[in-house]
Amino acid sequence: MDIILTYGKVFLTGGLICTIGQVLIDKTKLSPARILTLFVTLGVIFTFLGIYEPIVEFGKCGATVPISGFGYSLFKGTVKAINEKGILGIFTGGVTATAGGIAAAVVFGFLASLFSKPTIK
Amino acid sequence: MNTNLNISNSEYDNLISQKAQKSPILKNILLAFLVGGLICVLGQFINNKLMGFGIDKESASAFTSIILIFIGAFLTSVNLYSRIGKFAGAGSTIPITGFSNSVVAPAIEFKSEGYVLGIGANMFKIAGPVLVYGITSTVILGFVYYLFHFVF
Repeated sequence: MDIILTYGKVFLTGGLICTIGQVLIDKTKLSPARILTLFVTLGVIFTFLGIYEPIVEFGKCGATVPISGFGYSLFKGTVKAINEKGILGIFTGGVTATAGGIAAAVVFGFLASLFSKPTIK
Repeated sequence: MNTNLNISNSEYDNLISQKAQKSPILKNILLAFLVGGLICVLGQFINNKLMGFGIDKESASAFTSIILIFIGAFLTSVNLYSRIGKFAGAGSTIPITGFSNSVVAPAIEFKSEGYVLGIGANMFKIAGPVLVYGITSTVILGFVYYLFHFVF
């Protein structure tokens, strides 16, 4: 039963975050690029304000898989590095925590484009 | 066909908004909710499996992102992600698979312009701004955090 409840919370949280994005696209005509940028920045700000951590505790991957979760990882990594290394952590923490994702996007992105042909729209 | 081109910008805007097809907002929202939720459930499933192998929480979370980015890149390269995106909207844009799609799609699109200035330069056309604003806001707020916890 517990596992179903967990997945339910994940589904609900992730679904709601995407719903907010969809409403913004429909109502404001913001392009997807701006939505992604807005969400990652909000993820950072909400984590700084202590609002995002409870959402992650409730929704787990429902809160970390959306791009706002990338902002959460950035700021969480920064806080951790500041506590360990002091002032240097301000610059090293965020990218260190998200390095896996960034490197994966670069490498898989490059390889995927090598093996695909552009399609005519 | 209306051939009168001497119309003001506001008249033109009115004309466009009349002619433009109204997108069914409720349907869009439901699909975004459903697809977005399902991608997160997939992420949770991968995460749980990894932790079942005895990988610690932080590493499992990083691995989950990497696997989802791989899935997003793969589905983009076989031209499936754009099909999902057509009906899922933000439901496929906002999850990390959509971030991956935003890296791969322009890389493929500009491939004909070469490996350096085509693929290399265009990969971060959309993901670049995400990193610029994400990292900048993190460093600024990290500085604020540092001031409050270690200086004052």
